[in-house]
Amino acid sequence: MRRLPTSSTGNSGVGRRRAWLGGWSALLLLSLPVGSLAQENDECFLCHSDIALQEERGGRTISLYVDEQRFATSVHGDLECVSCHMDIAGEEMPHDTPLAPVECGVCHDQEQERHMESLHGQALARGDPLAPGCDECHGSHYVTQAHDPASPVYPLNIPFTCGRCHREGAPVQRQRVIHQSNIVDNYTESIHGEGLLRAGLIVSANCTSCHTAHFILPHTDARSSIARENIAATCARCHVQIESVHQQVIRGELWEQEADVLPACVDCHPPHTIRRVFYVQGVADSECLECHTKPDIVASEDGRSLSVDAGELKESQHAQTTCSQCHSGVNPSRRRPCSTLTEKVDCSSCHAEKEREYEKSIHGVLLSQNDPNAPSCKECHGKHLVLGRGTPQSPTFPTNVPALCARCHREGEKAAVRYLGKEHDVVEHYAESIHGKGLIKSGLTVTAMCTNCHTAHSVLPKVDSASSVNRANIARTCGTCHHGIQDQFQGSIHFVKALESDKDPPVCVDCHSAHTIRRADEDGFMLSIMSQCGRCHEEIAKTYFDTYHGKVSQLGYTKTAKCYDCHGAHDILPVSDPRSHLSRANVVQTCQKCHPGANRRFAGYLTHATHHDPDKYPFLFYTFWGMAGLLMVTFVVSGIHTLLWLPRALKLRRARRKVVEAVEAGGITTSEERTKGTSQHANDPEHEPGDEAEEKNDG
Amino acid sequence: MGNHVVTPEEVHVAIKAATEHRGKQIVRFSRLNRVLHALMIVSFISLALTGMTLKFSYTDWAATLSRLLGGFESAGYIHRLAAVVMFGLFIMHVIDLFRLKRQEFGTWKGVLLGPNTMLWTKRDFKDIVDSIKWFLGRGPRPKYGRWTYWEKFDYFAVFWGITVIGSTGLTLWFPEFFTLFLPGWVINVATIIHSDEALLATGFIFTVHFFNTHLRPEKFPMDTVVFTGRMPLEEFVLDKPGEYEELVKKGELTKHLVDPYPEIVVKGIRMFAWTALAIGLSMVIWIIFAMVFAYR
Repeated sequence: MRRLPTSSTGNSGVGRRRAWLGGWSALLLLSLPVGSLAQENDECFLCHSDIALQEERGGRTISLYVDEQRFATSVHGDLECVSCHMDIAGEEMPHDTPLAPVECGVCHDQEQERHMESLHGQALARGDPLAPGCDECHGSHYVTQAHDPASPVYPLNIPFTCGRCHREGAPVQRQRVIHQSNIVDNYTESIHGEGLLRAGLIVSANCTSCHTAHFILPHTDARSSIARENIAATCARCHVQIESVHQQVIRGELWEQEADVLPACVDCHPPHTIRRVFYVQGVADSECLECHTKPDIVASEDGRSLSVDAGELKESQHAQTTCSQCHSGVNPSRRRPCSTLTEKVDCSSCHAEKEREYEKSIHGVLLSQNDPNAPSCKECHGKHLVLGRGTPQSPTFPTNVPALCARCHREGEKAAVRYLGKEHDVVEHYAESIHGKGLIKSGLTVTAMCTNCHTAHSVLPKVDSASSVNRANIARTCGTCHHGIQDQFQGSIHFVKALESDKDPPVCVDCHSAHTIRRADEDGFMLSIMSQCGRCHEEIAKTYFDTYHGKVSQLGYTKTAKCYDCHGAHDILPVSDPRSHLSRANVVQTCQKCHPGANRRFAGYLTHATHHDPDKYPFLFYTFWGMAGLLMVTFVVSGIHTLLWLPRALKLRRARRKVVEAVEAGGITTSEERTKGTSQHANDPEHEPGDEAEEKNDG
Repeated sequence: MGNHVVTPEEVHVAIKAATEHRGKQIVRFSRLNRVLHALMIVSFISLALTGMTLKFSYTDWAATLSRLLGGFESAGYIHRLAAVVMFGLFIMHVIDLFRLKRQEFGTWKGVLLGPNTMLWTKRDFKDIVDSIKWFLGRGPRPKYGRWTYWEKFDYFAVFWGITVIGSTGLTLWFPEFFTLFLPGWVINVATIIHSDEALLATGFIFTVHFFNTHLRPEKFPMDTVVFTGRMPLEEFVLDKPGEYEELVKKGELTKHLVDPYPEIVVKGIRMFAWTALAIGLSMVIWIIFAMVFAYR
């Protein structure tokens, strides 16, 4: 038989209560000498026995009358008033008002501690005006023992004590998130309620038997007595050896070991309406379907269809789950058991774990704010036809997930229009990415899709530090599939620097992008990487492009050393680190990846050299300027030579044409030599007057 | 004050010579030299095109050109193959010089100090001064001999270029070998020298050399003498009056006269030359674009 996990998971129960009584008896003895030093109670009752004694507090009139006789019969009757009202111990009478709240925990420390951790205590700490303190259940001056029928915590009274807040219509039930409805009514009609209230069996389970008295927690909290993992143990406190009558269902120990896969008690015996097993004697599905298979059945308040396809139900993962297990507010004693339904289906009664994640996600937060766009369980998983993610027809089957998320996150849809970040066209980009191609084209269901990175139920914007796509977490997220890369990356300077610098060193998505992830061996990816590195390493990227490697890659070819070929991709370390690919011990080997004959001197090649820095690279600087000087001198001298030549050459062209024409015209014979030559000249239009004069001289 | 671009005597001599040897052309380049020059054009342009894609890799045209050449690896193969051709023709030329010495001059003194020498002589310096005077209209056109000073400059520029670009190129080709005895940064220095000297060579050949031989107005649009090896006599007499006089004096002129090539051969040669010229000039434009508008 399973026991509750000791002190942390709460207590209640008869044995526990006895222990308290022992505890306070001891305290009673201890308090006697204290009492003799403090004011006598008589002194207090001088004023507080006046039935008309009252005070205005926060606009309300509060009676300060204490019935001395009733107080004397309470469990605290032997205590001094100042034992609890400690702040007026030793004060002059009459004392100042108001008094500090009484700290029951001074004596009842364990109970106090539990209570403060519980749902009630948390609400109290938040300052919730509806949160119950000790006196809410136990009373103040007239606390009696739990076995006193007059006590509000006497088993028979507990449903009424709890019901003060948890009955239908009470402020708590209306204003706080309580997933159950008609709690008190249902309990009253349940077999436990009937046993307690009608048959007077005080051993019958009351509220605290299941919820504990002080350590009340929601079922989504793993420490709770009604958490799915603990429910069997809680029920088994009374229903000892219940396994023996459930052999067919649970096969012995399995129930405790695999609480998640087996039906828990509440799956068949819904809480608060525990009476009989539903599908045998209570509300059978066939009863529900009698009406709900009609196609025209609608809700009376808003006219929405309430028709259910029985065929869908049979194919659903919930085929073995009865209607009333989800629609748990039904009351089998009514003619229409569903007439008591007021709450929507709460999937968390079975899927508490998922619900816990969902509540914290952006989807869950929006839902709690009543945002009409917020998706609840059914938006993704469907209603009556819930299929597992292993079923190809399911919207949550891997290859269908992108389309599922795209219903809201496609550009223009309701989620996309609220989004203010930089990632756009995510659906289309994803489909083109290596992941998208793997999933959609190749049908690789193990390929990363939306929920692999964003999670299914803990979806959060990346600015949230708890988000799986937050910069701090992204490496881990990618690392879930890309095993080993994460370790490499987290050892690299980029990751280490992230911890000590206020800059944002790169994470996976900075180089690989979020939704347009490409194969790393594609040219486009390899070339874009250099500009990615260059975003931060601006200078060094520029000088890289001055070298052969850089120039080849700039031309669009990848068969040359790129940043990561030398520096490494995920395991980049500073050159000074001995583990670096470029450390003294490793650099030659790194060069040899492409240059098999590389030697130590070869590695002295300046891969990021610039000829613009005379201090760092004087050789290059002066070589460059020497060559530049040589070029300039050569071009200037030959340029001037050419320009000077040009006008003369133009004239020479005309003279030459004349010669050619003269030769074509027959040339000159020896006899007419002189005359022809002269006349030739006289006809030359190019000859200027000055030329003529000189010509004569020449002649 | 002006001056004759060319004296009436020179004009007269040219017309007379052409009339005397009607239709003849004069040989200026041997078959081997023509072949070597053509090979040099092909290898030089290949080297320049492939090398430039790297030097100006930051421009779009370089990337496009690199693709056209079959990618950077194939461009590299072309570059090294062309370099081997260049080295080869250089060696061929040196061998030819030895042959020249043995067959025609007998001694190195004859080769190097004769009237047809490629070495710089006192006369070249005088020609430079006289040429500038002529440019400025302050003197007659110098009577240029077998080789003018700018032709000698071009000739030795190749020696210089092959030495500088060739040696640095080998360093870049075999860095693993050279770093066995040289420090790694020598590769960086070699890169700068190789690249800038190549820019100088390319820029010089495609502008200054092109102007001096093809684009200067009296030859425009091109001079095919280096391809055909021969030029019309009247053109020769005007171009190189000094050499003509020398030949006439020695009575060797007729020895060098030949008939022109058939039209079809000349056409083919022109197409080849046009192609080379066009590629060269395009490269000049690309380089200017890269250096002026896209320099980083």
